[in-house]
Amino acid sequence: MTLTLDAPRIVTTHPLVQVRNVSKSYGPVQALRDVSALAYPGEVLGIVGESGSGKSTLLRMMNLEETPDTGSYTLDLPDVSGNLFDLDRFARRMLCATCIGIVYQNPHLGLLMKHSSSGNVAERLLVAGERSFATLRAKATAALEASEFPLDRLDAPPIELSGGMQQRVQLAKAIALEPALLLLDEPTTGLDVSVQALVLDTLKRLQQERRITMVIVSHDLGVIRTLADRVMVMRGGAVVEAGLTDQIFQDPQHAYTQQLVHAKL
Amino acid sequence: MTPVLDIEGLSKGFTLHHLGNRIAAFNDISFKVAAGEFVLLKGSNGAGKSTLLRTLYRSYLPQAGIIRFHSDHGPIDLARAADIDITHLRRTEIGFVTQFLQARPRVSAEAIVAEPLRLHGVPAEAALTRARAALATFGVKQDLWKAYPTTFSGGEQQKVNLARALILPQKLLLLDEPTASLDATARAALVSRLAELKAAGTALIGVFHHPGDVEKLIDRVVDLTPEITQTEERMDVDI
Repeated sequence: MTLTLDAPRIVTTHPLVQVRNVSKSYGPVQALRDVSALAYPGEVLGIVGESGSGKSTLLRMMNLEETPDTGSYTLDLPDVSGNLFDLDRFARRMLCATCIGIVYQNPHLGLLMKHSSSGNVAERLLVAGERSFATLRAKATAALEASEFPLDRLDAPPIELSGGMQQRVQLAKAIALEPALLLLDEPTTGLDVSVQALVLDTLKRLQQERRITMVIVSHDLGVIRTLADRVMVMRGGAVVEAGLTDQIFQDPQHAYTQQLVHAKL
Repeated sequence: MTPVLDIEGLSKGFTLHHLGNRIAAFNDISFKVAAGEFVLLKGSNGAGKSTLLRTLYRSYLPQAGIIRFHSDHGPIDLARAADIDITHLRRTEIGFVTQFLQARPRVSAEAIVAEPLRLHGVPAEAALTRARAALATFGVKQDLWKAYPTTFSGGEQQKVNLARALILPQKLLLLDEPTASLDATARAALVSRLAELKAAGTALIGVFHHPGDVEKLIDRVVDLTPEITQTEERMDVDI
């Protein structure tokens, strides 16, 4: 038995991200069941759960790559209104290019592997309408530098780079337009532990310097504990528990969360 | 006296699903703390002293009762406050001090100490100056200020942690055995910093394995031992 929490009273700003009552089925498989999620400006929301819990599907919906069967999604930004799932393909593409950045676990999903690294970042700026070559180059370089990408490798294509460097190119591309929302899908999974720590540190620094709102999906509890302010635990397409990161880790309420937290080495 | 915290009928237990049972930590606790007051929590091991501190900080979710905190924004019940309000209060009005530092890779000792000030809007240079002064007070040698505390010894990490946790004066400070394993210099620095904060109006609630360290600061003792008759189990705390 726990107490029901009140609505916010001190923090009166609206959540940047509001996903409400989203459900989605693929044939007989129900991937998401009545999922709702909030993220306030500058907040880092972590989503944990095992494979098939629906966490990545939810993230793809926040990136408007998929549309749910039911439910709504709003972003509290100037010139953005209504249920974003109702937007057509063109409007979605513009919104994603200007307001949302994403880093995928698999760099192949986010990058053109044989184009130069700076070109990959510049492409994002082109989509948003930037045409001056000098500006493109300068902005792409600045984003790569902020992602701590070695500037002597600007022209190297991602296919020639290590996994950690590929993630930095994805990150630079994601932040090039200073999006309000940064989505991260298992950004450090598959990297060496030392490289993972460096990428996490870069993310933490960017978050603190730019107060960027982040939603990070990971099955790695250490990653979530390091980055997230708040955690949502998913299982079988549903949210089983949500709360402050330290509370979820120290005082998990749900049987599944207890199992998950105690399984951590 | 200006009230800071009114705790009424607070209870906490843990449901362990894999064992199918419930462990009670404390039941029906009530007490008040005013600005500038230092309350020592006392009780045998397992009486729920640390659990109470963590419940007040909302790392643990209480199961019944009210934690009325008189914030700068008016009274708010920490037992029921929204997560985002708790996050805000932790950044601005409520501090928690343990003996453990959460070091992060590639963040220097001085930057880690300065961070609460920077998040509070103090300009970077001014924050660093104050951070260095705090590190000096706790006896961290100057050549370590720019180093990464991940590689420090336990004692040095603890000093960095205290410097960080106490740098920003807050309305309510929760202390979970911050003196354990500290050397004499750092312990003296801690006690003098706590006295400073107390004089400036911070309300303090603390658990101390050796309450003698902070004896002069203590205004009141709250005993969490459920059955006061079991005196021999309270021997670890003498005050």
